[in-house]
Amino acid sequence: MTVKSLGNPFSKDTDLRHGQGCSCNTCQATTASNTVQMSSDDMLEQAVESAIVRSVFGHSDIGRRSFMGMVGGTTAAAALASVFPLAAAKAAILDNLGTPEKPDLNIGFVPITCATPIIMAEPLGFYSRYGLNAKVIKTAGWAVARDKSLSGEYDASHMLTPMPLAMTLGAGSIAEPYIMPAVENINGQAIVLANEHLDKRDPKQWKGFTFGVPFEYSMHNFLLRYYVAEFGLDPDVDIQIRVVPPPEMVANLRAGNLDGYLSPDPFNQRAVYEGIGFIHILTKEIWEGHPCCAFAAPLSFATELPNTYGALLKSIIDATQYASNPDNRSEISAAIAPTNYLNQPVTVIEQVLTGTYADGLGEVQRVPDRIDFDPFPWQSMGVWILTQMKRWGYIEGDVDYKGVAEQVYLASDARKVMTDLGYDAPAENYKSHMIMGKSFDYNEPEAYVDSFAIKAGD
Amino acid sequence: MDLLSENKRAAIWSIALLVVGLLVWEFSITAQTLNTGELTEYELLTGAGTAKAGVPPPSEVLVKAWQELSNPFYDAGPNDKGIGIQIGYSIYRVLTGYFLAAIIAIPLGFLIGMSSLAYKALNPFIQVLRPISPLAWMPLALFIIQDSEASAIFVIFICSIWPMLLNTAFGVAGVREDWVNVARTHELGAFKTAFTVVLPAAAPTIVTGMRISIGIAWLVIVAAEMLVGGTGIGYYVWNEWNNLDLTSVIFSILMIGVVGMLLDAAFGLLQRRVAYTE
Repeated sequence: MTVKSLGNPFSKDTDLRHGQGCSCNTCQATTASNTVQMSSDDMLEQAVESAIVRSVFGHSDIGRRSFMGMVGGTTAAAALASVFPLAAAKAAILDNLGTPEKPDLNIGFVPITCATPIIMAEPLGFYSRYGLNAKVIKTAGWAVARDKSLSGEYDASHMLTPMPLAMTLGAGSIAEPYIMPAVENINGQAIVLANEHLDKRDPKQWKGFTFGVPFEYSMHNFLLRYYVAEFGLDPDVDIQIRVVPPPEMVANLRAGNLDGYLSPDPFNQRAVYEGIGFIHILTKEIWEGHPCCAFAAPLSFATELPNTYGALLKSIIDATQYASNPDNRSEISAAIAPTNYLNQPVTVIEQVLTGTYADGLGEVQRVPDRIDFDPFPWQSMGVWILTQMKRWGYIEGDVDYKGVAEQVYLASDARKVMTDLGYDAPAENYKSHMIMGKSFDYNEPEAYVDSFAIKAGD
Repeated sequence: MDLLSENKRAAIWSIALLVVGLLVWEFSITAQTLNTGELTEYELLTGAGTAKAGVPPPSEVLVKAWQELSNPFYDAGPNDKGIGIQIGYSIYRVLTGYFLAAIIAIPLGFLIGMSSLAYKALNPFIQVLRPISPLAWMPLALFIIQDSEASAIFVIFICSIWPMLLNTAFGVAGVREDWVNVARTHELGAFKTAFTVVLPAAAPTIVTGMRISIGIAWLVIVAAEMLVGGTGIGYYVWNEWNNLDLTSVIFSILMIGVVGMLLDAAFGLLQRRVAYTE
């Protein structure tokens, strides 16, 4: 595998801002000398080093290169290693796990069904199985979850898959290297419209609508934008997208503040249950198997408490695999419905998890994979999310799509734990995805961004 | 006509208003007719056999209040605690922030009230900072303090400091010149004058400021806890709002009112203790 995307961070000749497929003049000149074969372990090592070096230089690549040129890469590497335990950072997960250094953990969650594995791991004993005494703490919204995670109040947290990428890049947050070693759920979201819009099933009629999404850096925001743009609406001009914490969606829909929302369950099903709205489409119809929520922690958590991190990742992945079995879904629904966790009627949660649900239009739908659980953090998903952040102007300038995705989405950690636990893990870190009939080539992210007619700044 | 004293008549009026109000409320809520016959699968899934979220009649709120108040200190995990524990957390936060504010506001108010130079120098800052909604500080506090508990206390601190500061300054500045002059003829030092003459004279105004502050602090804590969550009466309201459980929401609104009234009454008592007639 070539590693142009993972340039040597200690060389003055590499430019860490440019990706593998970059065709600008600087890259053309240096590609030949930097293209070497590398094992995946080496790649991970270099990704971590690259992240650290970039954060030391405040993401100013010019500053880094002139510094490396002056003192020499080896000297810089040695100097950096003396203050930052590079060797520890590279092995995010240990080969042999010891006793957790810190068994008492606080893990944040936002009360939605996407967090099912993180929540159920407490009542169903997955944390205690791996020697952890973890408490799951309910959080009012994503901004608070981010701040409590950054401040160390939470050791690890339930997050949306774009959040660790955005936090690592410092988009909408201070820049702090984050890792996302496991995805929680795939699919499991829906577009809900208020009942008064029963006759407006064609998105072209949605001009002037106000939609709720749970957070700016969310799959919900990116999927809704993608969906309406495919129907010719510019999400920044033709509709209004408002950030509403998931638990407040139903109340806002009832009050008429929102015409609809793309939100996590159980709040889609709750709108139907309360007779306020109907399910327009499930997000699996936009992108079958899209990631949604994730388990994330600061990089420092993994480096400072490697055994705890390993045990926690094991419990999360084990719980996620348990949740992916449809036979267990009813038991899980009952376990996570009480006030201490989701605080919702069991029938609502059961409809989400089993996929046998009322759609608000008078039909009972049977979609067993309405929500599914798959821990593997495909790095191509990370690249797709970054392309959408670029497309809608959340990040600007040159983006090292693969470099960032590989630094944050720790596919190799997930693979190792999945294999250890006896589950099948994919051999690749990348795959191509199909979103509303359009295929996404992870090797050409910049061309993919350019291929959209509707995007920010046009 | 004057068979009863005015107080007794007022009490009868209060009770009559309460009863009429509750009856109007009770009968204006139409009972939900629950479908008890054979239900289709669709009806079952949309909860046709169970009650929908709606405004409950007062009788339901009373039942809820009885349930909650008969077991106020249960602890079923970090996100589900009894109403007594939640109110305890809120009062703890309010009092901590409030007394920190008092420690700073009252001496500073003395300074401002006794020295017109200090008043003129500090006044622009006070005027700019005072009208800021305390919740506007929350994102900044979370970011800088990096602890949600301390941030909530900081928000209480910042909102309760201004009425105390201004009232203390106002009260101290308004102490009659004659009294200070008398103290001077007795050759009392500055500190002795402050504690034996100015403080008792300004005390009613200062306590009024403290009473306003505790009221504001109690208003703000609910909103602050809805924002950061975790524990407290504000979190309780937010958590039940998630579940559209209006019975619990109304019950907690009543509890917020009762606790606020008790806090205010405590300072009312203090106010009467320090009052004097010239």
